[in-house]
Amino acid sequence: MNELDFSTTIGNAWFPSPIFTASGCASSGRELAQFFPLHDIGGVVTKSIMSKARTGRPTPRMAETPSGMLNSIGLQGPGIDVFIANDIPYLIEQKARIIVSIAGETVEEYATLARKLRSVAGISALEVNISCPNVDNRGLVFACDPDASRRVIDGVRRAIGGEIPIIAKLSPDVTDIVAIAQGVVDAGADALALINTVLGMVINLDTMRPHLGGKTGGLSGPAIRPIAVRAVYQVHAALPKTPILGMGGISTGRDALEMIAAGASAVSIGTASFTNPTALVSIQSELRELLRLKGFESLQGAIGCAHRPVGDQQ
Amino acid sequence: MATINKAAVQIRATLVGNKRVGQYHQLIISIGEIANQCRPGNFVAISVGGESSRMVLRRAFAISRVSESSSFGGTMELIVAPHGSGSKWLCAQGEGAVLDVVVPLGTAFGIPTEPVQVLLVGGGYGSAPLFGLAEVLHARGCRVDMLLGASTAGKIYAPMEGKRAVNSLRIFTEDGSMGQLGRVTDPIKSLIEDLDIAVVYSCGPMPMLAAINEITTGTDVIHQCAVEESMACGIGICMTCVLPVKDEAGNLSMLRSCIDGPVMDGSTVAWEKVGQVL
Repeated sequence: MNELDFSTTIGNAWFPSPIFTASGCASSGRELAQFFPLHDIGGVVTKSIMSKARTGRPTPRMAETPSGMLNSIGLQGPGIDVFIANDIPYLIEQKARIIVSIAGETVEEYATLARKLRSVAGISALEVNISCPNVDNRGLVFACDPDASRRVIDGVRRAIGGEIPIIAKLSPDVTDIVAIAQGVVDAGADALALINTVLGMVINLDTMRPHLGGKTGGLSGPAIRPIAVRAVYQVHAALPKTPILGMGGISTGRDALEMIAAGASAVSIGTASFTNPTALVSIQSELRELLRLKGFESLQGAIGCAHRPVGDQQ
Repeated sequence: MATINKAAVQIRATLVGNKRVGQYHQLIISIGEIANQCRPGNFVAISVGGESSRMVLRRAFAISRVSESSSFGGTMELIVAPHGSGSKWLCAQGEGAVLDVVVPLGTAFGIPTEPVQVLLVGGGYGSAPLFGLAEVLHARGCRVDMLLGASTAGKIYAPMEGKRAVNSLRIFTEDGSMGQLGRVTDPIKSLIEDLDIAVVYSCGPMPMLAAINEITTGTDVIHQCAVEESMACGIGICMTCVLPVKDEAGNLSMLRSCIDGPVMDGSTVAWEKVGQVL
């Protein structure tokens, strides 16, 4: 039996494994490195970074929900300059493959961040988070507006396009995610990250008020997995040539394969790392084993196979 | 920059004891040689609910004490109140149950290099880690006085064997059902003055910690407190358990209580800003 080819590509970036961390669920990698070498997984997607240091939203920032959780962090972070000075060198030293995630309040902020990262060596890809739900003004969720989404990606493309792949991270909280995806791909996104968290709320019955300090939060975990699979399936059907980084509630190799069959070229693991610090490595080995069991010779052969006619698995 | 506890490991550990003590459960978990790495103040994060659980988050518990050479090898003791669905599941596990545990996590209480006078203040089952701490302080030659408080008698955790390392123990309940009627913070000011206390160690609800800090502010007394913020991961990646902390220049930042805490210097916490936007 031939060795399984487990590698994947996102635009012009090659990865030996399709298992990545999810932005905002691995900080900058230091803590998970206590449990496994960061080099062993496909890549580390860093927590979305903004131009300036940001303290984020008030506590409580978390509420557990059935098979999931709400978070309301609000893009807390050290700002791009400290990030480039401290976190990138650490990840390079760990031989991790790095996908930097950026977030901005304006179209210009995204372009500025991309320009700063253009001169930094060792980055495999750029994730443009235009869909963080934890902002005070829903109008700032670029990914809910086709025109704003396009303008952000266009600005980033002008700053860094052609250097490293641009991955646009989209929100499921829209009527037609395919239209948003089409718009950002037209504007120059090389790949898509689907999905960000789903906006939700929990009411605390002791106080009879919203539980989270920020009132609303992003729902993640297995509870949202079918939404993510659906979004990946719909977008892959419409844009079969655009690589998708699929995420939303993946906690086993079986879940990862489901997302890949729907059309994802790679998957990100988020909330599962909170449940289990070694989730990434166990999902990775489970997926590898499952692909072998199903008779695939390569990961590539499984990508999007749910779209093929029955009886035509590979 | 603070980093995750360098001794932290994820292990499958056997529950070797589960005993009801008043409103709490005393759980003894076999952790082998990792017991040597656990310090008073450290905590653990445990998966709950089993394979098909709808509870996706670990539960964090302070280690109340460790034994490096029990008949089960190294063990740790947790005192758990079965309040929520996760802690109820844990308290319902029988001896022999295998648990997924990440241990040890977080910062530890600092132990004085000199045998000074110290005061330990615990609220509710926040008192649990103070008994293990008392043993370490007692071994260092410190005089250890302890105050425990709770709303009512059933919520006081004060095991007989824990009292050996303590020079004095006073109990306060808000309904007067055990010990003295009143709050555990009531006598602190006069004790600090009368006993020449060098360090106050505290563990319990955040309002109690804030009240103690108000008393120690402006004195030479060091206040080491174990903070409580709800955590999703316990290992520093989720950013939910943050609280506002001042650096030496007075700049505030939101630090993770799982990495920079749970034990913090009470004078650095911006208590009035906990739960606020900076």
